[in-house]
Amino acid sequence: MSKTIQTTCPYCGVGCGISAKVGQSLHQLEISGDVTHPANFGRLCSKGSALGETVELKGRLLEPTVYGQHGSWTEALDLVANSFSRIIEKYGADAVAIYGSGQLLTEDYYVANKLMKGFIGSGNMDTNSRLCMSSSVAGHKRAFGSDTVPGCYDDFEQAEMIVLIGSNAAWCHPVSFQRIRAAKEVNPALKLVVIDPRRTASCDIADLHLPLASGTDANLFNGLLQYLSKHQALDLAYIDAHTEGFADALKAAAIDLEQVAAVCGLNKDDIQRFYDWFANHKKIVSLYSQGINQSSSGTDKVNAIINCHLATGSIGKPGCGPFSLTGQPNAMGGREVGGLSHQLAAHMDFSSTDDIERVARFWNTQNIARKPGYPAVDLFDAIYDGKVKAVWIMGTNPVVSLPNANKVKLALKNCEFVVVSDCIKDTDTTALAHVLLPAQGWSEKDGTVTNSERRISRQRALFDGSGNAKPDWWIISQVARRMGFEQEFSYQSPVEIFREHARLSGFENNGTRDFDISAFADITEQDYQGLQPTQWPVNQANPQGRSRMFEDGKFFTVSGKAQFIAITPCLPVHSPDQHYPLILNTGRLRDQWHTMTRTAIAAKLNQHKAEPFVELHPVDAERYGLLANTLAGIESPWGSMIARVQLTDSQQQGSIFVPMHWTEQYASHGRMGALVNPIVDPISKQPESKHTPVRIKVYQPVYQSFILSRRELNMTMPDYWVKIKGQQHYRYELAGMSLPENWQDWAKNKLCDSQGETVQWQEYQDAAGGHYRAARFVNNQLESVIFIATKTELPERSWLTSLFAKTALEQGQRRVLLTGKPPVGVADVGTIVCACFNVGAKTIQTAIKSHGLKTHQQVGLCLKAGTNCGSCIPEIKALL
Amino acid sequence: MKQRLVVIGNGMAGMRTVEELLSAAPDKYHITVFGSEPYGNYNRIMLSSVLCGEKTIEDIVINNRQWYLDQGITLHAGEAKTATHIDRKNKIVAAQDGTMAGYDRLLIATGSNAVIAQIPGNDLEGVISFRDIFDVNKMLSYSRSHKKAVVLGGGLLGLEAANGLVLRGMDVTVIHNNEVLLNRQMDKPAAKMLQTELERRGLKFNMAAKLQRLVGDELNHITGVCFDDGSQLDCDLFIMAIGVRPNMALAQQAGIYCERGIVVNDTLQSYDPSIYAVGECIQHRGDTFGLVAPLFEQAKVCANHLSAHGAAEYITLPTATKLKVTGINLFSVGDFHGDEQSESIFFTDPASGIYKKLVIKANKLVGAVLYGDTADGSWYQQLLENKESIATIRAELIFGKAYVRDFNV
Repeated sequence: MSKTIQTTCPYCGVGCGISAKVGQSLHQLEISGDVTHPANFGRLCSKGSALGETVELKGRLLEPTVYGQHGSWTEALDLVANSFSRIIEKYGADAVAIYGSGQLLTEDYYVANKLMKGFIGSGNMDTNSRLCMSSSVAGHKRAFGSDTVPGCYDDFEQAEMIVLIGSNAAWCHPVSFQRIRAAKEVNPALKLVVIDPRRTASCDIADLHLPLASGTDANLFNGLLQYLSKHQALDLAYIDAHTEGFADALKAAAIDLEQVAAVCGLNKDDIQRFYDWFANHKKIVSLYSQGINQSSSGTDKVNAIINCHLATGSIGKPGCGPFSLTGQPNAMGGREVGGLSHQLAAHMDFSSTDDIERVARFWNTQNIARKPGYPAVDLFDAIYDGKVKAVWIMGTNPVVSLPNANKVKLALKNCEFVVVSDCIKDTDTTALAHVLLPAQGWSEKDGTVTNSERRISRQRALFDGSGNAKPDWWIISQVARRMGFEQEFSYQSPVEIFREHARLSGFENNGTRDFDISAFADITEQDYQGLQPTQWPVNQANPQGRSRMFEDGKFFTVSGKAQFIAITPCLPVHSPDQHYPLILNTGRLRDQWHTMTRTAIAAKLNQHKAEPFVELHPVDAERYGLLANTLAGIESPWGSMIARVQLTDSQQQGSIFVPMHWTEQYASHGRMGALVNPIVDPISKQPESKHTPVRIKVYQPVYQSFILSRRELNMTMPDYWVKIKGQQHYRYELAGMSLPENWQDWAKNKLCDSQGETVQWQEYQDAAGGHYRAARFVNNQLESVIFIATKTELPERSWLTSLFAKTALEQGQRRVLLTGKPPVGVADVGTIVCACFNVGAKTIQTAIKSHGLKTHQQVGLCLKAGTNCGSCIPEIKALL
Repeated sequence: MKQRLVVIGNGMAGMRTVEELLSAAPDKYHITVFGSEPYGNYNRIMLSSVLCGEKTIEDIVINNRQWYLDQGITLHAGEAKTATHIDRKNKIVAAQDGTMAGYDRLLIATGSNAVIAQIPGNDLEGVISFRDIFDVNKMLSYSRSHKKAVVLGGGLLGLEAANGLVLRGMDVTVIHNNEVLLNRQMDKPAAKMLQTELERRGLKFNMAAKLQRLVGDELNHITGVCFDDGSQLDCDLFIMAIGVRPNMALAQQAGIYCERGIVVNDTLQSYDPSIYAVGECIQHRGDTFGLVAPLFEQAKVCANHLSAHGAAEYITLPTATKLKVTGINLFSVGDFHGDEQSESIFFTDPASGIYKKLVIKANKLVGAVLYGDTADGSWYQQLLENKESIATIRAELIFGKAYVRDFNV
């Protein structure tokens, strides 16, 4: 008996609804889009669709681990609580920290934040959302007085023009992009402009692509503001009634079209076109993402965009507005609870003493933190410097994702006490933990998340928790109780936390704060279970939620008016120089998510891009002597990586792109975080992950190899390796800087060959040609193959990987297996009659018929059959 | 008036030449053939198939006596018709029983004799070679009445004989003076696979063994063999299969220039311009012959000259090897051992019974050993003969012709 449960996707911030058909047997799951969910109306992207493949127990963290040993929950929780208490007592509250994640549910997040800021009394609760949208938070806050996303997804359909800025939504927010695509099909007049240094998949349907120079977005939007002003495209009434600071902003934006073209490296006509379109359309949505946020001037870029919307009054109306696309399923929920270190709770922060007192009152605590804690990059620096001595990392992988990631690794290595809560056992970060706490993952945990359009949706449990895994809120509450806060953390279920969170949002609010879900303050357990996706605010004034904000032109600033921010554009901090002449850009791929802990489990998601790669322009490749599909070493002053070269003119000269996903679990040298400069925006503290000067050079291994194996192999890895889970096999891409003495031994060692009786080996060797290849069979089923080449390229893997689906190989497949290519369409010659000339019965019969052959001599003249040793003449005669 | 052609030897090389000649110039000669076996002409290399019971003598007859009649050929066949003398001055051939035939052109195709090991006891009863129908009949008769056989020589002929005798129910041991079976045709790994397969079929092997003498009973019949190390092996039948030697006695006696064989030029002409020679009795540019393919090529060239077309020249090409044991496919050609300048490509799949080795020199294929999958043998031979560069197809070469795309040979 199966049941269908509505839940929410755990990947990007689109927040798609999922209809999960849960089967009878363990972890049997059929995923489809929830047609009733307003974020996706039934659509899902490749990642969401593959969720059913990711719920296996293999690789899960299912038991608490204490200093490498299995421990009980009691032991682990006691140790965490005692260690934190001891360190706080000795060094003060600021010597401990929590580093959370946009993967945490709102309820989990709330409890963690409450513990750190309300009761431990330190601001040191930050989250990986710092890497993702803190510039948007800061930009919103400056312009609106609140961290508010004004619009909603419906605006995509109502817009006359959509501007995608620093966003490859086609890959990173695929369902939203599909929605734009569909809107454009219905309304071909809808214009799509893509502003991105790269020509991405999102340019596919764009009417205009502006491949601007990296980091020059604020110049472009300053230029737009100036242009709007010059061409009487301003909404002066709106500016006058609802905003402040326009004159200063316009003055700071004193840049003409020629200058914009020069700075941004764009064609003047293209800029003109974009500006004209912006000036001549009323309904414009500006969707922006990491290309804007991850910058040393990300907050300014956000405000440069918002300025243009304020100046044209295109905000708070259908089809209008600046719109930040969030990257995580609950980045927004994290902001709502105050998960960033400068925030306090419920869209209140440390900048207001009133807020601090209010929250202290609400939480009934004497110990509330009174100043911001360390933001992510500073936090790990503080750990490195020994100022923070205990850190609890929840559901995130900073050793991979933070800039200057090698320093992060070192910081954790030397940290006195590292706790990691995760649902996955082996990550680059869990490897450095003293205590591992098994958290329930998606499909087990239960609570709420908020998507990019302020929509709160339920993420529901589909299965019981596996092993000893527990919900994050439970784990945090247990530690809190052990630290002496029994009363304040006595939660028994997520709904209790949700109610408290809702109450706090409405606490002494009276319309002063945008985030208000006080209508949920007394939500029943039943209503919480059945909660339908709802956009906040949800309060007395908006009992059913609200699609758009600022419709009345009122903002949450002191004056109630939106603020223009005078922007003086800054270029990225580190410019390329003679030593590091290229700009490294980083970003997401279509089929992977974050550090691949979940997506890499789904074989089908590993097909799109199997290996860490670097995209660069063919001219740059020529310049640095790089060939397509070879390996390149990329170095910055902070670290290095190795990636497979992919040539594309969608990349600008002088700029290269690497995906952000690979970790040491799947690749030896794929951690791009190691290279990224630890530069942050001075306001938002968001790192400049899109712009690091690097150099690139040929990585020339003496051999390259790949292994495809039905079993996961426990081998000693060579210098370079990538591990890829495929359909019924694992794939290993290998390369080394020194030749082994004997390839056969090497191969057997790598394939963990136990010399079992049933194992059969097939080998191909061309030592002078630099080839060794072998296949391993069990009962004619392909068990593994290894291909090694020292001189030439290795063959494609696709046909070989397809063979793992077969229970047995056909003889023809087995014979040509080690070519790596499928057998060609050879005509069936039949049983060989003439062995000398390899002529088969069917060939002879065909020739007899078609040429009217009468004698074996005629057969011989025609086919040579029987003309050598003649032993087959009787058989030929028989055929005649 | 037709010219007279006399052929000494009614075997495969001589008669293939006659066949070629009949098709090229059917009316040029009156042909007389002397043969010491009392049959028409049969396919000698199929004798092992007869031995193992896959074929009958009738199956392997190429031309019966009626054919000779039909073609107007005078056939003198039988032991008494063995040619014993060539009178070059008068151009007459004489047989043992006094039969004589005058010639304008003479073709010597006397073939070869088995090499007899020079060890004590080699004249015992039950010690035979494996050359003709007579030998096969003798082996078949032994197999019906005796149990144990020893075959000396793990070459093609020896293995075919041993396999046949096993199939006929005998307990057979092959003695070979090398660790590698078929050491002239196979390399060690292929030979090892062959040996394993033959052992599976019931053959026994005594490898790298040194034979000291053959032991007989009071009736002078063989009872066993003694080795240098003192060990012994019982047997009732002993087959000598350690090679052949050109049969050139008659030619020598007639004063025709011989070295290891009857020396011929590229037109298969001996030092006597009226006398041609083909087959295993000849020596051409230093080479002697033991396999069928070059014999047929010689027949073609020789017939071309006998028919006075006179354009063809014989060139010795690398010859491929095949073992006539059903279910065992092996093939080799050229320099499959290679040397310091050569490069080798291997493909092995022991479980499938496949081993392949190709030897490359200066981007050209110079040798090949195939075991188990010999489908591409003739293609490799062609590549080898054509001396074409294989540089562009090297990666696929060992996987076979069907697999090499866009390459037409």
